[in-house]
Amino acid sequence: MVDRLLQEASTFAGSIDGLILLVLILVGFWFLVAEGIFFALIWKYRAKPGRKSQYLTGKEKRIKRWITIPHGLVLVCDVVIIVAAIRVWYNVKMQLPPADYEIRVIGQQWAWIFQMPGADGKLDTPDDITTTDFLHVIRGKTYQFQLQSRDVIHSFSVPVFRLKQDAVPGRTITGWFTPTKTGTFDIQCAEICGIGHGVMEGQMIVQDSAAHAAWIAENHPPTRFAERSR
Amino acid sequence: MAEATAVEARAHAEHEHHGPKGILKYVWSTDHKIIGMQYMFTGMFMAVIGGFMAYVFRMQLAFPGLSVPGFGVVSPGEYNALITNHGSIMIFWVAMPVLIAAFGNFTIPLMIGADDMVFPRINRLSYQVFFLSVLVLLTSLFVKGGGFGGAWTSYPPLSANSQYNLTRVGASMWLVAVMLEFVAFLLGGINFITTLMNSRAPGMKAYDIPMTPWMIVLASIMFMLSVGPLVAGAIMLLFDQVLGTGFYDPARGGDPILWQHLFWFFGHPEVYVVLFPAMGITIDVIATFARKKLFGYKTILYTAVATSVLSFFVWAHHQFIAGIDPRMANIFTITTLLISVPIAEMIFVVIATLYGGSITLKTPMLWALAFVGEFMIGGVTGIFLGASGADIYLHDTYFVLAHFHYTFFPIAIIGTFAAFTYWFPKMFGKMLNETLGKIHFWGTVIPFNFIFIPLFILGLGGQHRRIYNFQNFPELSVPWMVHLRIIATVSLIVMLAFQLVFFVNVVWSLRKGPKAPKNPWNGNTLEWTTESPPPHGNWPADQLPVVYRGPYEYGHPDREEDYWPQNLPA
Repeated sequence: MVDRLLQEASTFAGSIDGLILLVLILVGFWFLVAEGIFFALIWKYRAKPGRKSQYLTGKEKRIKRWITIPHGLVLVCDVVIIVAAIRVWYNVKMQLPPADYEIRVIGQQWAWIFQMPGADGKLDTPDDITTTDFLHVIRGKTYQFQLQSRDVIHSFSVPVFRLKQDAVPGRTITGWFTPTKTGTFDIQCAEICGIGHGVMEGQMIVQDSAAHAAWIAENHPPTRFAERSR
Repeated sequence: MAEATAVEARAHAEHEHHGPKGILKYVWSTDHKIIGMQYMFTGMFMAVIGGFMAYVFRMQLAFPGLSVPGFGVVSPGEYNALITNHGSIMIFWVAMPVLIAAFGNFTIPLMIGADDMVFPRINRLSYQVFFLSVLVLLTSLFVKGGGFGGAWTSYPPLSANSQYNLTRVGASMWLVAVMLEFVAFLLGGINFITTLMNSRAPGMKAYDIPMTPWMIVLASIMFMLSVGPLVAGAIMLLFDQVLGTGFYDPARGGDPILWQHLFWFFGHPEVYVVLFPAMGITIDVIATFARKKLFGYKTILYTAVATSVLSFFVWAHHQFIAGIDPRMANIFTITTLLISVPIAEMIFVVIATLYGGSITLKTPMLWALAFVGEFMIGGVTGIFLGASGADIYLHDTYFVLAHFHYTFFPIAIIGTFAAFTYWFPKMFGKMLNETLGKIHFWGTVIPFNFIFIPLFILGLGGQHRRIYNFQNFPELSVPWMVHLRIIATVSLIVMLAFQLVFFVNVVWSLRKGPKAPKNPWNGNTLEWTTESPPPHGNWPADQLPVVYRGPYEYGHPDREEDYWPQNLPA
């Protein structure tokens, strides 16, 4: 459902959209039933001359069932949603699959700094490539990112990946993603970070490994902020 | 004993003889009805300002860069200040003063048969502190650097350091205003709780109290229990801003996430603090206009208590992706989803109350029913966000924004109008015009849905909050998104325009409306047994009401009339 509004481009995007759909079906059912009964009752019991309202206390078991049974069913739906939510959460946020590459993402007012491994594929070596606002990754490879902030709280959000994580000054937060589609996608800052919050956009450039290798070769020897534009 | 009598006599003498005269009567009054109206008119004034702010930033979002009529071009700094203060104003200076303070003050003594609050002068102090907080907040918008723009959640380090937020004075003034507002509501809350416990009419047992006073008092208790940590946190934040301490500064051993815990420990119960009064009002209005005994008086009360307790254990669902230990999210997903059970049950009971009724769709009833119908949308969309896995995507998007507007708008606007139109005859002694009331109702509720349903869809499309210009983001500049933003903005303008009908109705009815009888809606509760408007002291001193039964004895088979006022002897 969500993929009709915005494409899915990471391995876990589908599971998050699936969870949203599951919640939509379950709560949508309750919502329609409740609103349906609500309007039906308003219509059925509209004031008519000569008809007095009934005196019901809601204490008899026979009548009380109309509340206690839905009560139990809502609880069951909650348990289903909890289980599904925790499964998705575990997969995206609690476990770390083995990484093909590591990258470092640093938020600052009002730009994203990306430190990516160079030709050797290892982070924190002299051939690392550091850019502002452009993150280059390879389709199908699993990336672990170390997320940091230099000043205030930012949030690293890649909507097509369904990925979001706050960057907190003083901490390094580790996460992961595996892109599944090539293309150029938005990176948004999702936490208000000052007057430049609205221009703190970045771009996620997902390429096949050949194109990515060519980009690395272009940027060798690496210079800091070598690449302002694509 | 003798001492108590002396105090009583003195209090009485003050009431009767030394009250201020003329216009001062309305400024220095200790009468709960006057204080309620002070809160109400201040809250409505703030609502106009908050609504204007919404108009300005919605125009900017729909037509980026346009010079907004009545404001001018919106700069990013101004945009941030507008959204920050819109949120702060609508919650702290509209929802709370109007729903809790105004209607709490007006209805609690009248509905429980008391001549005034227990502490009338603390009550007056509460409004005065509140008024001061309004002045501080409004001034903060015009100081050097402009109003605070760090969002109503005020996360440090952005809020703590003027090097980051660029509003040194505005940020501190905003914080001081919020703290003063908390002090005002603590004073008011003490009064509500004590009054409900001690001043009930003879014969009124706990289960004979109407829902509105019950809910406002429950809300006050929750507020008192939750606000302490935030006040402590706010003082630390103020120290960080002004004295240069480092409570939230990681470079000096502080932790920015500490603030988030303190803020949301208050912030989530706060949702229920404003929900409960609206719920109580809705229940009273629905019972009156459906001519029905509540389907389950005790069920509503117990579910409200269960919700209050649970609401203290859900706060971290605002922080799933904030960098807390991911294992913690599992606990808070469970508590968050469980809180849907008592709330759903409460709504079921309200709906079931309609069964077997005799429903008249007068304006207050329309508002009350709209509250139930619209609040359900707010309720069910909360489940998406409480499910941690889905929140990874939806957090900080317009889906969140639409969700809480579907809770807060029914609470603060629809609930308020239900209460206002229901008690207007009692407050002012005049009847409101029904036709204008219905035009205003439909003109508010229909555009409301056209504002926020598009925002749900935009949120699902990945549009994040608090971005002043979406043109910088290619994925957010696609035509369907631009069109939805324009639909939302146009609907907002239509809705704001229809509020004029409300003001015309109030002014016209006050001048030319028919005089209100004591009990225009044939209600059971005690406020309908006195004059409209009630005199000082509410009832003549020797005629204070005595209670013989619960508040919802409508349609009783032993009675010819379909209502049975609480004060009629059996």
